[in-house]
Amino acid sequence: MLRFILRRLGLVIPTFFGITVIAFGLVRLIPGDPIRLMAGIHGVSPERHAELMHQYGFDQPIWLQYLDFLNELFHGNLGISLVTRTPVLMDFFARFPATLELSIAAMLFAILVGVPAGVIAGVKRGSLFDHTVMGAALGGYSMPIFWWGLLMIVIFAGLLGWAPVSGRIDAFYFIDSITGFMLIDTLLQGNTDAFISAVQHLILPAFVLSTIPLAVIARQTRSAMLEVLGEDYVRTARAKGLSSRRVIGLHALRNALIPVVTVVGLQVGLLFAGAILTETIFSWPGVGKWLVDAVYRRDYPSVQGGVLLIATMVMLVNLSVDLLYGLIDPRIRYGRA
Amino acid sequence: MSTPLDTRAGDTGIDTAIDTGAALEPTVPAAHPLREFWSYFAENRGAVVGLVILLLVCLMALLANVLAPYGADDQFRDALLQPPGWAEGGSWAFPLGTDAVGRDILSRIIYGSRYSLSVGLIVVMLSLSCGILCGLIAGYAGGLIESLIMRLMDIMMAVPSLLLAIVVVAILGPSLTNAMIAIAIVYLPQFTRLARAAAISEMRRDYVTASRVAGAGPMRVMFNTILPNCMPPLIVQATLSFSSAILDAAALGFLGLGAQPPTPEWGTMLADAREFVLSAWWVVTFPGLAILITVLAVNIMGDGLRDALDPKMKRS
Repeated sequence: MLRFILRRLGLVIPTFFGITVIAFGLVRLIPGDPIRLMAGIHGVSPERHAELMHQYGFDQPIWLQYLDFLNELFHGNLGISLVTRTPVLMDFFARFPATLELSIAAMLFAILVGVPAGVIAGVKRGSLFDHTVMGAALGGYSMPIFWWGLLMIVIFAGLLGWAPVSGRIDAFYFIDSITGFMLIDTLLQGNTDAFISAVQHLILPAFVLSTIPLAVIARQTRSAMLEVLGEDYVRTARAKGLSSRRVIGLHALRNALIPVVTVVGLQVGLLFAGAILTETIFSWPGVGKWLVDAVYRRDYPSVQGGVLLIATMVMLVNLSVDLLYGLIDPRIRYGRA
Repeated sequence: MSTPLDTRAGDTGIDTAIDTGAALEPTVPAAHPLREFWSYFAENRGAVVGLVILLLVCLMALLANVLAPYGADDQFRDALLQPPGWAEGGSWAFPLGTDAVGRDILSRIIYGSRYSLSVGLIVVMLSLSCGILCGLIAGYAGGLIESLIMRLMDIMMAVPSLLLAIVVVAILGPSLTNAMIAIAIVYLPQFTRLARAAAISEMRRDYVTASRVAGAGPMRVMFNTILPNCMPPLIVQATLSFSSAILDAAALGFLGLGAQPPTPEWGTMLADAREFVLSAWWVVTFPGLAILITVLAVNIMGDGLRDALDPKMKRS
């Protein structure tokens, strides 16, 4: 197991440095020089320009700049936002809990609906339920979620008036940020009305964000289930006279869930991409919306920091999924060693 | 040494002959590969429906000038935000209604199909050709070159696709062309990995050795001998990427980072319509429906294509 972990970690390190190169290259690849870009329309005098070039280290060789960037990075300094003039890291982590809350809610919904739907569709292959689930999954997979979000707003906020249009909570609640998670903070402060408001605000965006992962998980669970149901050990279990529920629930499902875990892990990257769109539609104050706003405002340190942090997180999630995968399925651990 | 095919025939040949007398009949001449492909593909009725819808969208794009009742940018100042023909207050002069500046939505959707289809096509062509090149080189060369190419692809895959596309657009500036370049870059790793995997498995085959022994150079071996046999998984991936490219380009357009107004690109149309989401549902509904139908058609077709091209699914 240790060799497996070490080998997997060995792959992560070059990837991480690759991500830092992308993030570092980002600001350097933008046409024009970064100081003029930061100065914006006001411009900058030649003397001040030279001074700033020196101050930010842009006059040094590129490899030295990169080493300097890495050095700052490992000291937790991702630069200062050009717009808010606060450290990028602070801006990011002020918004990160909102994205995390939305993503967790979406993922939970996708797993809780997708896995049972996939299992039943697999067991009842060819039934009406199977066709309905697979049709819906294909539709969900093909869904432009920015449009789906707008449509949900039209139906549930506009026509039916069941859900609020945007934000995390009604404007008249003032909730102190303790954990940054609105649901937890409202409960900690014992404000039930605010909690209900937070739940109401969360439902639509989480549902929209869960659409694609839900479709992928349902499809994957169904095909994994079909594969496992044809295996000899399932036939043996049936031949032993075990009840159908026991065969499916214990023998088949446990093995079918192995590839599903990977798929769930891989969805995390997609979830971040989806969060960018979902947050924009629902004005959800998370990192996705922050990043898009930073691109609009040409706030390059924020874009650079955001990309670096999100990519690193996705990488770490993928790593933990791989390790978990090795833990669940010994064949992975020993097979490739 | 017996090949897997020999073994299979040896094991079951007698049983089959007894079970089905037809097996002893003189063999029918092999069907043309295209005809064989079509017979597998046509078995999946959904896939055929998907293909028909896609062809209709293509036709719509080609004949946009003839089909669209008005020009994409024609404004009718006396018909701002007019509901669709069947709705109250609507008129059949504008079957799907008009947008906030009085442009016919149907005409814009018809013209918009040109953008979406060409985005899909250009992105797939770009990333497919670059991916094949990188993948074949990696698979053929091996060693350091392979490690370098594949690590680079791993890094690209670690960044969420839309995020990477946004970064590329942030560097290049927002426009439809840059959005296409960004999406093509984002899709490159998938094609490279597939091409490499296929190339590696093909390189062990006897026909490649034979070709080398016959004196074929690396280029000939890579592109003439190996490539044609690597195509099926790449074609399936190309179909899937075609639909994702349409979605991603629309998403970038929606975020204001793709095609710029007044281009009638479907995602950009939705971005324009966002502020009317609660007052004029038709402005929001139809462009999105156009995206959904096109993407769904391509995906259903892709499923059928995968079944037809996957040798494991073939029962022959």
